[in-house]
This record gives sequence, C-alpha cells and structure tokens, in this order.
Amino acid sequence: MLEKALKGSKTYWIWLLALAVVIAIGFLFYLRQLDFGLGITGMSRDVSWGFYIAQFTFLVGVAASAVMLVLPYYLHDYKTFGKITVIGEFLAVSSVLMCMLFIIVDLGQPMRLLNVIFYPTPNSMLFWDMIVLNGYLFLNIVIGWNVLDAERNGTAPEKWIKPLIYLSIPWAVSIHTVTAFLYCGLPGRGFWLTAVLAPRFLASAFAAGPAFLILLTFIIRKFTKFDAGKQAVQTLAKIVCYAVIANLFFFLCEVFVAIYSQIPEHMAHLQYLFFGMHGHDALVPWMWSSMALMVVAVILLIIPSARRNETTLIFACIFVFIGTWIDKGLGMISGGFVPNPLHEVNEYIPSIQEIIITLGVYATGLLVLTILYKVVTGIKEELAG
Amino acid sequence: MENSRRRFLKTAGVSILGVGAGSMLIGLAPGSTKAAGPGTKAGPSYTHGPEAMKGGRWGMVIDTRKLKDSTCRKMEKACHSIHNVPDHIGKFDKKNHEIKWIWATEFKHAFPGQEVEFLSEKLEHAPVPVLCNHCDNPPCVRACPTKATFKRESDGIVLMDFHRCIGCRFCMAACPYGARSFNFRDPRPAIENENPDFPTRMKGVVEKCNFCAERLAVGKMPACVEVSGGALIFGDLNDPESDVRKLLADEYAIRRKPNLGTFPSVFYIV
Repeated sequence: MLEKALKGSKTYWIWLLALAVVIAIGFLFYLRQLDFGLGITGMSRDVSWGFYIAQFTFLVGVAASAVMLVLPYYLHDYKTFGKITVIGEFLAVSSVLMCMLFIIVDLGQPMRLLNVIFYPTPNSMLFWDMIVLNGYLFLNIVIGWNVLDAERNGTAPEKWIKPLIYLSIPWAVSIHTVTAFLYCGLPGRGFWLTAVLAPRFLASAFAAGPAFLILLTFIIRKFTKFDAGKQAVQTLAKIVCYAVIANLFFFLCEVFVAIYSQIPEHMAHLQYLFFGMHGHDALVPWMWSSMALMVVAVILLIIPSARRNETTLIFACIFVFIGTWIDKGLGMISGGFVPNPLHEVNEYIPSIQEIIITLGVYATGLLVLTILYKVVTGIKEELAG
Repeated sequence: MENSRRRFLKTAGVSILGVGAGSMLIGLAPGSTKAAGPGTKAGPSYTHGPEAMKGGRWGMVIDTRKLKDSTCRKMEKACHSIHNVPDHIGKFDKKNHEIKWIWATEFKHAFPGQEVEFLSEKLEHAPVPVLCNHCDNPPCVRACPTKATFKRESDGIVLMDFHRCIGCRFCMAACPYGARSFNFRDPRPAIENENPDFPTRMKGVVEKCNFCAERLAVGKMPACVEVSGGALIFGDLNDPESDVRKLLADEYAIRRKPNLGTFPSVFYIV
C-alpha cells in the first residue's frame, strides 16, 4: 500500500520537501543541544520541564482522540464514521510518534533511554507511560493498516483485529490518564495535585483532537477526491462542542476549589497564570486568550446555524485547537512550576533553539501524517474510481 | 534578549486575541570499599571499613538560632567545593543553570505556608539553610523510572547513581523541597578547584546533597556539620542515645512540609 505515497502531485512533493527542510533544521539544533546540554533551552532548576514536555502532554490528547471515531463506529455501529476511523487512527500514530520524540529530546542523557527497560520500575508513572504509549502506537498502526488493506481488497478485516480494536478504546483513555498521573501524583505541586486533572486532560483531548480532525478532513477534501461527508463532520463538531464545554467546566471547578478555599499553594499558580506574580506575567495574555478562544468556540459550535456553516465551523475548530494548545502546551506545565516549592517566582520563557527543535518534531509528525494520509486517500480514490 | 522575547510572547498572545485566529553509590569512598570477590553467590556486596560511621537512619537537626549569614556561607562553600558543585552563576552568569546542594534562604521560603506574622525584621531575614531532606518516604525515589535515585537501606540516605540517570527530571518535579539540580551543561568548566577525591558529573544528569555519604564512610561528619560551629547536629535517628535524638527530645523542632507525608530527616529548631 505504501506505493501510494510515492506518486503525488507537485504540491505534495513541495510540501514534503518543506517539511524535510524544517526537520533538518530542527535536527541540526538538536545536535547542538546534544553537544551543549539542555542548557540551550529556557528551562532552569525551578522550571525543570518546559516546552517539550508541554507539547508531549498536548499531543497525547490529540492521539487519544482517535477513540472518538472508533468508539461510535465499533461499539454503536455509527456507520457515518466508518469511512474515517482510519483517519483518526493514523492521526493517533503520528501524534504518539511526536510524543515519543518530545520525550527523547527532553532527556538529559537520551542514549540511556533503554535504562527504563533495563531497570523496570513499576512505581514510576513514567514506566507506565512508556508502556501505554508504545502499546497505543502499535495498536493503531496494526488496526489502521489492516482495516485499510481489507477495505482495498474488498474483504472483511482479519478476525483477530476485532479484539485489538476493542482493546484500543480503553487504551486511548489510559494514555491520557497515565499522562495526567505523571503530574497529579506529585505531593508538592499544588497546581497539578487534583483528581480532576485526568478527566480535564481527556476533555481537552476530545476537544482538540476532533477539532483538528475536522480541519484535516477539509484539507483532505481540498487536495484529494476523498470527502469525509457532511454528517461525519457535523457529528465531530458536536463532540468538539461538548468536550470544550466539559473542559471549561472542569477548569472552573478547579478555579472554584482554589479560590474559594483560599489555600495559597493551590491559588498561587492560577494567580501567576492569569494575573501574574511579582511582576512576572509573560503568560497572562496567553491564558486569557485561551479562555476567550474556547468560550467563543463554544458559542459558535452550539448555535446550529453557525455549526453548519463551514466557514464558522473552521474558525471554531481553529479557536478550539489554539485555545486548548495554549491551555496545555503553554500554561499547564510551566504554570505548575511557578511559583517553585520555596514559593519563589522564576519564570520560564522558551528559547529560540527550543522552539526550533519543537518545530522539527512537529514537522516529523506532519511528514508521517502526510504519508499515511496519502496512502489512505490514494486507496479511497482507487476504490471510488 | 530575554526581555524582547518576553515582550514578543506577550504581544503574540495579545494579537491572537485581537486577530481572533491567531554506580556512583558514593556511599562507599574508594578507601572503604571492598567489592566482594568472585564466587560470591549473592553478587557484589560491600562491607564498611572499620572507620565508617554506622547509622540506621541518618538525620540532622539545624539550630537556626545559632546560625549567622557567615556560617551559612561557610557551609555552602565547604559543601560545594568538596563535591565539585559547579558555579555557573559566577562563571557564566547563567542563573538558569544553577546547581546547589545546600543554600541559605529565609524562613518564609523554607517553610511556605507557615509564615509567621508580626516577626521582627531581624528574624524575618534570618538565614535558614535548606538541603535535601533525605525523606523517609521520598517522592523522588517513587518517581524515578530507572531507580537511579534510591534510598539506601542501610542508613536511609537518598542517593543518586549518576551513571544510570537518564535526565528525565521527574525527580525534580516530584521533590516538594526544590532540593534537586540538573546539569544543564557540562559542569567541569565551572568548577574552580576540582576535588580529585569526589567525582565530577556530566551534563544531563540530576544531582543533590548526599548527606556526605562519602565522608561518613571514612568516619567523618558531613562537611556542612563540621563547619557549622555546632549549629548543625548530625546523627542516627534510630538510636535514642544519639545527639540528634537527645536534642529532639528536649527541643521543639519542626520539619519542612510535614503535611506531605514525606517524613524528612532534617529537623529545624527555630
């Protein structure tokens, strides 16, 4: 099937080339980081996780969102999604791949990565994260590839695929739950120390992922003959709508607990993120933008006429994606580190090099996604033609 | 540079809104180490030299009443020079790369949430040394995915294996006391006088106070204790006859963030 990715228009090849250039530049900067150390980033002993881990957290959510297509189709026989489950699964593949790359670029000693396997430590949440992420990658490659192959041959998928599909549903929930457990089980970090973190992660995941999927279906329709169909997109839009609402709701629950209880350790981080602290306020405009974007998106998605209008829907999806990205990819991680355990404020600003390496990882994910989608659309076009 | 980036971030944030779319088991110093010879069934084991200090659970009592700024600086200096702790601030003026094992702060930072109102200026700014608490229930050990940081069973010291650490920094997120530092770059150029008796680290690994395990192994007190002029008392918390236990029996001492269930082995008399 991979041969489908070898034939494409000029635009396709230019796009791949552009991605390759970004990857190459990112890689060069990564070599610099390998040589010098993580000191080229903006991280410090106070904010010891930064942009990389934040992107990892955000993308775990995008990966988990594939379940929003798989579950309705396989458990509720919602046929409209039948055409596009593989689109979701391949988005999961490329997202998990990016997650892993972000973990690797964040390691101080990446060549020792296998120590996690040589000295397995079940009491560490990172150990479990490794297992669930690898498992999820494996599940989605195997399922997506086999189902697509069967579709091409006009046969039913192999029998042994079914149990894997059912397994992939709770597995999707597990990847984001374990990722939340990385943070919410740490005793000294008031911002993360909340049972609602995993549910909130899932809610924002099921908003960001499907919103991105909607945008992807529009892009695919523009460049290929494959159309996901109006109804599939509309159902996804409703999923996005309620997931954003759930995300905002969970967030407000947290705000209430922190502010009403007036416990400084819990309040301080929100205060830093939304109002700034001791003159440090780099994230303030971002956080308010994030909230505004999500609220506007909810309004656009909840009004039926706005949701059905493709232009407003595209805007709503972009708002959701950017809003949840700021929330998780910018505020969530560094917000938990400021103020530090000694209640000192040392702010984190990502360095240029760090951002370039990040873009390199994103380009790698997009490259894989493009190739996988090229295969999918090639086969769909072949079947239609 | 940093300022302009901050401004950029800010404007970019605003414009989005506007546009709308927008085994170094140091414990055993070379002299006192005797690796088990070949043929041992249980694998390599270590025996303490005759001069080694033995304790079931090492602990420290810090009498802040006896501490002056100058003593604290002496402690920092003694610790950092013995352990080859690099001085990235002094050498390169890079605050972000800072590494510290023990340092003096103020009460409100050492004990956030336990601030004392209406304190005199003098007491408010009195130095309080902070270091790794060598918790009895250490969250960093729980979080480490490779057992590179671990609590030594024989004496409760929380140690680092710099050769196993992958630099994921999970332990730094897990530590509620900010006791851990990361080598954001090669530390060696920033070490003034290298102590050949203690290993230097490499970039990409985490480090922290080791309660001078390498000194205990040869019968010496921790470096900070030695230069503290009696303000720091060190001993075995499991031994009711030890100096620390006697002191704790008589004086009311507090620990940092006791509500987190970490059971620090460092106590403070304030």
